[in-house]
Amino acid sequence: MTTDTLLSFEESLEKFDPAMGLEVHVELNTNSKMFCGCPTEFGAEPNTQVCPTCLGLPGAMPVVNRIAVESAMRIGLALNCEIAEWCRFARKNYFYPDMPKNFQTSQYDEPIAFDGYMDVNVPTEDGGIEVVRVEIERAHMEEDTGKSLHVGGATGRIHGAVHSLVDYNRAGIPLIEIVTRPIMGTRENAPAVAKAYVAQLRELIVALGVSDARMDQGSIRADVNLSLAPAGTGALGTRTETKNVNSLRSVERAVRFEMQRHAAILDSGGSILQETRHWHEDTGVTTSGREKSDAEDYRYFPEPDLVPVAPSREWVEELRGTLPENPTVKRARLQGEWGFSDLEMRDTIGAGAFGLVEETIEAGASPQIARKWWLSELARRANDTGTDIAELGVSPADVVAVQALIDAGSLNDKLARQVFEGLYAAEGTPAEIVAKRGLAIVSDDGALSAAVDNAIAANPDVADKIRDGKVAAAGALIGAVMKQMRGQADAGRVRELILEKLT
Amino acid sequence: MTTTVRNTAAEMAQALADGTVTSVQLTELHLERIAAVDGAVHAFLHVDHEGALAQAAASDARRAAGETLSPLDGVPIAVKDVLTTEGLPTTCGSKILEGWVPPYDATVVARLRAAGLPILGKTNMDEFAMGSSTEHSAYGPTHNPWDLDRIPGGSGGGSAAAVAAFEAPLAIGTDTGGSIRQPGAVTGTVGVKPTYGGVSRYGLVALANSLDQAGPVTRTVLDSALLHDIIGGHDPRDSTSIDQPWPSFTDAARAGATGDMTGVKIGVITELTGEGWQDGVMARFQESIDLLVKAGAEVVEVSCPSFVHALAAYYLILPAEASSNLAKFDAMRYGLRVVPEGDPSAEDVMRATRDAGFGDEVKRRIILGTYALSSGYYDAYYGQAQKVRTLISRDFEAAFEQVDVLVSPTAPTTAFKLGEKLDDPIAMYLNDLATIPANLAGVPGISVPSGLADEDGLPAGFQILAPALADERLYRVGAALESLLTQEWGAPLLDKAPALALRDGSSLASTGTESETR
Repeated sequence: MTTDTLLSFEESLEKFDPAMGLEVHVELNTNSKMFCGCPTEFGAEPNTQVCPTCLGLPGAMPVVNRIAVESAMRIGLALNCEIAEWCRFARKNYFYPDMPKNFQTSQYDEPIAFDGYMDVNVPTEDGGIEVVRVEIERAHMEEDTGKSLHVGGATGRIHGAVHSLVDYNRAGIPLIEIVTRPIMGTRENAPAVAKAYVAQLRELIVALGVSDARMDQGSIRADVNLSLAPAGTGALGTRTETKNVNSLRSVERAVRFEMQRHAAILDSGGSILQETRHWHEDTGVTTSGREKSDAEDYRYFPEPDLVPVAPSREWVEELRGTLPENPTVKRARLQGEWGFSDLEMRDTIGAGAFGLVEETIEAGASPQIARKWWLSELARRANDTGTDIAELGVSPADVVAVQALIDAGSLNDKLARQVFEGLYAAEGTPAEIVAKRGLAIVSDDGALSAAVDNAIAANPDVADKIRDGKVAAAGALIGAVMKQMRGQADAGRVRELILEKLT
Repeated sequence: MTTTVRNTAAEMAQALADGTVTSVQLTELHLERIAAVDGAVHAFLHVDHEGALAQAAASDARRAAGETLSPLDGVPIAVKDVLTTEGLPTTCGSKILEGWVPPYDATVVARLRAAGLPILGKTNMDEFAMGSSTEHSAYGPTHNPWDLDRIPGGSGGGSAAAVAAFEAPLAIGTDTGGSIRQPGAVTGTVGVKPTYGGVSRYGLVALANSLDQAGPVTRTVLDSALLHDIIGGHDPRDSTSIDQPWPSFTDAARAGATGDMTGVKIGVITELTGEGWQDGVMARFQESIDLLVKAGAEVVEVSCPSFVHALAAYYLILPAEASSNLAKFDAMRYGLRVVPEGDPSAEDVMRATRDAGFGDEVKRRIILGTYALSSGYYDAYYGQAQKVRTLISRDFEAAFEQVDVLVSPTAPTTAFKLGEKLDDPIAMYLNDLATIPANLAGVPGISVPSGLADEDGLPAGFQILAPALADERLYRVGAALESLLTQEWGAPLLDKAPALALRDGSSLASTGTESETR
């Protein structure tokens, strides 16, 4: 692996303008696959969810999953796209061992949805929110491939592997690929725009209920196309396509990395090789994949085993009626309902926690409590560990459960943090973690009384002050008791006991 | 009356119903016949003795219990090796699928089983149905029962020869550019290509998906109709299958057998007759026309000018689709696997397997199709071919506004000699000139024996084409012509076929095949 030279982000912006194109693959949560009746459940034993069709056995034929078409149209409509009156599937021909037919049944020049846009709320450096309109070129239907596991090579890639295992459970899972037009003029905000677009698209997918939308499980995968052109020219340079960028944070980092890498090459008089690049989550760099400079010829032609998809306008309008609220409108409405200030709102969105806060409030927490946990403890954790906040292992329901334990007097904020630690480590539900870790607050007078006696004995000066009527000094004794009890004492009861004993 | 392998399927069905023969006896008769003559004919790639007899026994048990599944329950059948059969090898005539046993039945096969027809085995074919002579089978050619030195047509030469040699009363074929009809013509049998979408393609290993159609291969028009009624109809597993009820083809064939053609308007396709067509073939064609006129039909000449481009369009569309269909044969999941020396990659294994597993004709068409679909050539080749296809459909539409059915000789010549055209693919392709337009337009067609050509004494075929969805017209006109010709001949055409030498030790003398030795 070569180490690429990078230009600083600032210098790359002085000399070049970035243009981005984002391709997001959404795995639908239909019960059956795109072209056959096989189940789609994630994590099943390899090669147990297969049939002649998704294994590409000779003679087998595809049949289009109507629910998948419906999901594709709903995504298209939510992205303000036109819905095709008539479109076909096509075969994308290339040889690859994890592709059962050695062609992928996809859509080529007749996508189901096209010409749309999404208004993306981008948190800016100066603390505001900028609305950037990202134009959607198309959203089309296709099938996923199988999943290869390359055994024996140093890199985990097919090159150098001793042998490979293929799981075809994923082959034929319906995918919607959403492709943007080139996103220009975003300058220093380019990484933030890319991240915000994918985050907002993910929220939209969640709201539509058409996918599990789990980036960590690959049910949303982003490919980042990036090119640079000399600043101010408005031209489009040669692009690279960075594949499988599988977290929001990585989207931002991959854009930034490729900007800096391209800038260094161009600045030293070199030229960019049009190619596919792989993103490495651990090291935060991209490396060269297969070259695409010959523009691979996929020999697309209409899939002769399928009839055209021709959704009636009535069907389209019926689906339009099922769309969730426009995210921008919804954001303004919820800000009012929650009573958040502009700054609080921006921080919530900036932390990627808008949907999580919303779900937490829906699950029963007050807006301020929801914001408190997601934007302090949980946002800090996400930041410290470089994890997406949605993927910490803490669900909105967990937050509500923790807060309920606090409200019941079983936990305090400090103990609650330990419960969250248990959740990060996947130790169980909040109640289970409290039990396992022995975190519950002690309010039993016997144990507390002994601790109070010890504290009085160890701090005779403080005890005297309280006896003299300086009740405020009780704080020091409470602190000593909490220390003895490792934080697991009911502070209010401790105070009462101290005052009973000394006044 | 003793039932023999020479009876029609309808007669066998009647004998089963009358209780004068059992399905096990019928099946044994055919298995014995196969044992006796298939060494010379080589119609079968795989014979399933045990399976066929078990299905026959089950049929007899049903009948004894007073239940039958269909009019053909208990009548055995042969299936072209391009349709998947659960538990029975399916090779498509290719080395690349040698030993593959599908885990599922094609819908056509499932319907045969559901109708109670014992499956005798799988019949020989040109590799992946590419050819007009069955010489491109990786397992050796099939021989024409009329002259063992001649081709039985193709790609379904095995099914046609099996029926012509009385090894099976019925067979299933598939027709992409004439692979049911042309073998029917050159073996003196009946073959039907239904309307595209009329019979499910699920489990039919695709040659060219937009052209392929499975259909009946039989000795009489009525037998084809009986079989078509069983295998046809909507299948939700095939998106291109037509979802509508079909009339009874059996009724249409019975109605046609009266021979009355009053009120029927027949169009002779100008472009599919004339120069370059064998004299004897044309003579038999004209005789058939004369008989139809005598029976009351009105005959006119109809021009379909775009048909002259059909062959060119076909040889772009077919290879294009085939090149993509055949990509799945890569040694990764099933079939042949050739592992080259050294430390081969997956791609090396794919390359070596495809090099060893595919024959020359298959490779030729993969190369043609890959080229035709290549970026920069797509519009000039595949795109243009699709336009020609539209023009051919329009010619059919215009013609069917004037006439009820269109007719032509099925093939320009009688059976040629094995090896004669093997080194001249264009000459081989030209044999399908008359059958290809129907596939490009999706309309149905039938080939009915029209007699023997004077110059070589070999069978010629009469093709009838109808509008899409109007398959019943094929049966009506086909059955009429068959009955008019049989009256002229005084016996079925196949009675004139030379006797095949029987293998020693066969017990056929007692099973009513006296015609073999007369």
